[in-house]
Amino acid sequence: MIWIEAFKMAMGAIRAHKLRSCLTLVGIIAGVASIIAVMTGISVIQSTMEQEMSVLGSTTFQVQKWPAGGFNNNADFRKIQQRKPITVANANAVRERVKTADLVGAEIWRFGSTAKFKDESTNSNLWICGGTREYPPNNTHYVEFGKNITDEDVRVGRKVVVIGYQIAETLFPFIDPIGQVIRADGRKFTVVGVFEEKKSAMGGNFDNYLLMPVSTFLRIYGMRDERRGGERSVNMTVNAISPELVDAAIEETRAVLRLERGVGPREEDDFTIFTNDSQIRSFNQATEGVKIGAFVIGIVALVVAGIGIMNIMLVSVTERTKEIGIRKAIGAKRRDILLQFLLEAIVLCNVGGVIGVAVGFGLGNIITLFTDFAVSVPMNWAVIGVTFCTIVGLTFGLWPAVKASKLAPIDALSYE
Amino acid sequence: MTIEMTDIVKTYGMNSVEVQALRRVSLSVAKNEYVAIMGPSGSGKSTLMNIIGCLDPPTSGSYSLEGEDVSTMKEDQLAEVRNQKIGFVFQTFNLIARSNVFHNVELPLIYKGVSVAKRRKIAEEALEAVGLADRMKHKPPELSGGERQRVAIARALVNKPSLLLADEPTGNLDSTTGSEIMSLLDDLHADGNTIILVTHEPEMARHAHRIIRLKDGVIESDTASSARAKRTA
Repeated sequence: MIWIEAFKMAMGAIRAHKLRSCLTLVGIIAGVASIIAVMTGISVIQSTMEQEMSVLGSTTFQVQKWPAGGFNNNADFRKIQQRKPITVANANAVRERVKTADLVGAEIWRFGSTAKFKDESTNSNLWICGGTREYPPNNTHYVEFGKNITDEDVRVGRKVVVIGYQIAETLFPFIDPIGQVIRADGRKFTVVGVFEEKKSAMGGNFDNYLLMPVSTFLRIYGMRDERRGGERSVNMTVNAISPELVDAAIEETRAVLRLERGVGPREEDDFTIFTNDSQIRSFNQATEGVKIGAFVIGIVALVVAGIGIMNIMLVSVTERTKEIGIRKAIGAKRRDILLQFLLEAIVLCNVGGVIGVAVGFGLGNIITLFTDFAVSVPMNWAVIGVTFCTIVGLTFGLWPAVKASKLAPIDALSYE
Repeated sequence: MTIEMTDIVKTYGMNSVEVQALRRVSLSVAKNEYVAIMGPSGSGKSTLMNIIGCLDPPTSGSYSLEGEDVSTMKEDQLAEVRNQKIGFVFQTFNLIARSNVFHNVELPLIYKGVSVAKRRKIAEEALEAVGLADRMKHKPPELSGGERQRVAIARALVNKPSLLLADEPTGNLDSTTGSEIMSLLDDLHADGNTIILVTHEPEMARHAHRIIRLKDGVIESDTASSARAKRTA
């Protein structure tokens, strides 16, 4: 028998038992929707995360005392705590000696400052960054108005700042901030530039900090970290000359730093180097567990739903024994009956699958209604979901369909 | 010969309890014969009819339908024989209730693998022939008993079978509708169809030209009916 006919018959049978079909579908819908919702949710977070974590330029890597991720245990934490801080001198050494890098920046961060201009004041939640002229290109956050800090500013230790977009809006609602003098933590600074606006969905605020020469920063706040204790450690950003030279630059930087910091040949690095990619990779690893969990739950739900499908198909075969007899009497072969009931199970599962995918996309994107996350529709998961439904329909529809196809025509026909 | 049966035996039951429903029945039916099979219940007439209809294989004996030995065929081969050589008309009509009249009639053609356009044409012609062209989109439960039986006859005819097998076709109908159906069968016979009618009503059996009486699994008598006598006279 032609597939189209078998498909039409299957649709007819499903339509004839609407309530029953709907109830059976609930299981399939729940299973598929749970997988799709979690995968969509993760993909929503992931695509936004990737965007936000890509603060470093594509040819830039970062050197830090502290690793980008967390720690596995306390021992790791203590070991890293005992690392020597990375210093401005280290950064200078890299700048001088690593030939494959053109921009080497050194940054120190401090949280909890307040900036004031006349009567206007920000909250006391500003970050202050002591940096160098390499800061904007290496962190892909450029100065939009005015100018960047210069090597000269760093050498002399001038009290100049580049302020974040939000600070500029708060302090200077009506006038041009360039050239104005603000007070940060009570000290006077001349505003030389304003950063471009860089919105963030992840809560990290890139419009709420000010950049001053690292020398100025150290003169004011000192080398001691008031909060963590110990000496402040510098974040070093290194930009390779070209994309092909990133790996070479990383190796050169590592060699220079090991020598500079007196790391023995058998000892491991006492600093951490990472790129955007390595950060994104470690985030993806973290979500892997959630994905596997959702997948397993979804599969369990689908198997349960599949047993429901099998149950309903067995009832359906028994109920329609007479119909099977009639069909056989007028010439249906075994495979015609098999195909009809198998397609019925598969179509039923796929109707559930398609609804489940739609519901899953909806649920997974709910978070985007309340946040700045971008809507995501992972079509590959839709395909996987529907494929799984077909497999479930095929697996659990097979036995009832075989049972139907094997009925003896005369027995089926005389069934009441 | 349309039907050639020799020494057909059908045994039911398993283990020690065996019932012989047919004991060495031999029977031939020629093309365009109109045969009635009669007998009280338990005589084996339903069993014989199921074997003739290739719905049930005989325990032993040989049966050839239009020169083809069907007694050794496998289930799917028998399905093909039923599809193309036999048209069934049942007492309880046996239509698929949730499908409309048209779909019921085209179903044998679907199993035969006939194209959509051809199916439409043949099924419409068959429904026209039984006077139900205007009921194509109705479902069986919306029709009267007589109409349903005419749908079943249309379905039986679409594959131009060599044999029309009617099992108590008027059993569920009132006498007026019953005789309408019987005259429809008479017309089909006049058109050249071979008909085997299973009935226990002598009045219906009189439409046939040959009456076979079964008793306890054997043929008791095989005679020309008065109808034939009348017509030939």
